[in-house]
Amino acid sequence: MLNRITGPLKAAWKEATDSQVWSSVFRHGKPVGDRNRALVMMSNVFLHLHPIKSRKAGIKLRYTWCMGGITFFLFLVLTFTGLLLMFYYRPTVEYAYADIVDLQEHVPLGIMRELHRWGAHAMVITVWLHMLRVFMTGSYKPPREFNWGIGVVLLVLTLLLSFTGYLLPWDQLAIWAITVGSNMARATPLLGTEGPLSASLTLGDINLINAGNDARFALLGAQSVGGSTLLRFYVLHCVGLPLIAAFLMAVHFWRVRKDGGISGPM
Amino acid sequence: MLDIFKDLVNWVSGPTVLFTVTTVGLLLAFRFTAVWSRTSAKVFFVVLAVFYVASMWDPNFFLIVAKPDNIPITGVIFLVFFFTWYAMHQGIENDRRREAGEAPHEKKEGYKVWVWPDLVYTEMLAMVLLSIVLLVWSILLAAPLEQPANPADSPNPSKAPWYFLGLQEMLVYFDPWLAGVVFPTLIIVGLMAIPYIDTNPKGNGYFTFRERKVEIVIFLYGFLILWSLLVISGTFLRGPNWNFFGPYEYWDVHRVEPLLNVNVSDFFWVKLLSQPLPSGGFFAALLREWLGLILVGAYVFVLPVVMSWPREKLPKGFRWLSLRKYYEKMGPARYYIGISLFLMMMSLPIKMYLRWAFNLKYIVAFPEIFFNI
Ligand code: HEM
Repeated sequence: MLNRITGPLKAAWKEATDSQVWSSVFRHGKPVGDRNRALVMMSNVFLHLHPIKSRKAGIKLRYTWCMGGITFFLFLVLTFTGLLLMFYYRPTVEYAYADIVDLQEHVPLGIMRELHRWGAHAMVITVWLHMLRVFMTGSYKPPREFNWGIGVVLLVLTLLLSFTGYLLPWDQLAIWAITVGSNMARATPLLGTEGPLSASLTLGDINLINAGNDARFALLGAQSVGGSTLLRFYVLHCVGLPLIAAFLMAVHFWRVRKDGGISGPM
Repeated sequence: MLDIFKDLVNWVSGPTVLFTVTTVGLLLAFRFTAVWSRTSAKVFFVVLAVFYVASMWDPNFFLIVAKPDNIPITGVIFLVFFFTWYAMHQGIENDRRREAGEAPHEKKEGYKVWVWPDLVYTEMLAMVLLSIVLLVWSILLAAPLEQPANPADSPNPSKAPWYFLGLQEMLVYFDPWLAGVVFPTLIIVGLMAIPYIDTNPKGNGYFTFRERKVEIVIFLYGFLILWSLLVISGTFLRGPNWNFFGPYEYWDVHRVEPLLNVNVSDFFWVKLLSQPLPSGGFFAALLREWLGLILVGAYVFVLPVVMSWPREKLPKGFRWLSLRKYYEKMGPARYYIGISLFLMMMSLPIKMYLRWAFNLKYIVAFPEIFFNI
């Protein structure tokens, strides 16, 4: 298409691509021809996650559905929109709800919250569909067993990211969903006050496990969902979990390549 | 006429019927693989879409389905349906090729291509399309925000986020220590264990059904019925007090459903022996629960061993239980881990049917130490 442009535009384009600035950024010519197509993949830190060549079947939409890629893209969208939300949002019982209202009503381009929420829903769905695809093509079989395991952890992290984020708007939906979800921790065997065998953890006649120190308390930072829960979930949601997820995604992508690229028949 | 139809749909959506119908339907689809054709997918898709759109005129249906946070679940229904079909369809096509002596489709495209432009452009296009979808979705539909949090006022129903509704549904049948802690852990461990348990070398890197029948049937049963279906019904069909409501029913907060559930110990001591439950102390509790303990022990510890025996060693009528073939193929370690995880997975539908058939609450009940199964 670019070839069809003529006149001053073409001249400007040529000027730009011949400049010292351009050639300092892109260290090779246009990605046509074998040599440059290899160079473009190798010299760009983002593209080099890919191999230089790949089997046709493995990169077809009908095979991967691009689901892993879509999941990753959604993660990037969520990171970006989440960062913008952090400019406005304060994780305290006093401000959280009001900040969310402001975000939707007073902030210019106020759809960041929508993008973030719908993107999060979408990511949970796509990560499940990605797992379905990987299973149905038998791609967890040797040599990719380990990467399947990394994937399962990524699935759990995705759910936890979504779960911790659910609390942050601090509305009725949020606190009660988290209350229902975290009530179960009370029943952790040994470590929850209402869990099997926890009453047997005693020191003399003192119960070691009580509502003030059990698994649920550790999760909420209190005996019920409150200010300390909000802070805890905020920190996990914005810092802890995304860092771990990003780290594991790097491992995941690295292993896709090291395990021989996208799977295919022998 | 319309009322009869609505009553019928409400009835079919009841947990018992819905669960049974979808399970039987899925098993039939695995048996008669011709149903994964393009035509039947189109028919199914159109029927589902028509049902969906037409139902929007029903106020109760609309109220639930159009809730902003429930929109993704409509997406789940159509996407899970489509992609399951797509995977199975390609698998069965490949099986047909194999039968005709050809290689799977993926093999034909085994030649290498440049990632730039072949893959990079696809990725670019996917990003652009997805961005458009997200932008349009976000402009059209505001993210929900309810009243400010009020710890004193719990809404009815109180629901966990949708992707955990399968676990919340499990709470109907199991105590929280199982539904909320043990089973989630086992699901994670079980998923991670799949590549190490499944030793079938076939079907690595291409769609197939015939070459991996058992694996696919078990996985899809879990994925479609135990996960997707429970999430969907938990979102759309569970109302106040977690009672069941058909898609065209009004969510009546005051509807009371009698809870007449009984434990195995009640069956044995009260119904069978017409005696009061033994009480007083540790040993009385053990005596009270002896039958349940034996049942659970047999299921968890004895059944896997029995199933590893050769067919002839099993009494007539139980020979179908024999998994000798797998025991020999997989070796004891893989076999025992695999079968234990499988039995844990099947304990959910088993407990469901026990509840529906006998109003069974607990098989083993030690409420004293929160140990109920
Ligand atoms: C945040 C979540 C995840 C991201 C961003 C992600 C991303 C990706 C990407 C981009 C690929 C390349 C091929 C493709 O797109 O299909 C891939 C492959 C793979 N993924 Fe994931 N994934 C995630 C979660 C999972 C999960 C939950 C599983 C399984 C339980 C999994 C298992 C695998 C395996 C085994 C491969 C290699 C497939 C092959 O070679 O055909 N991943 N992943």
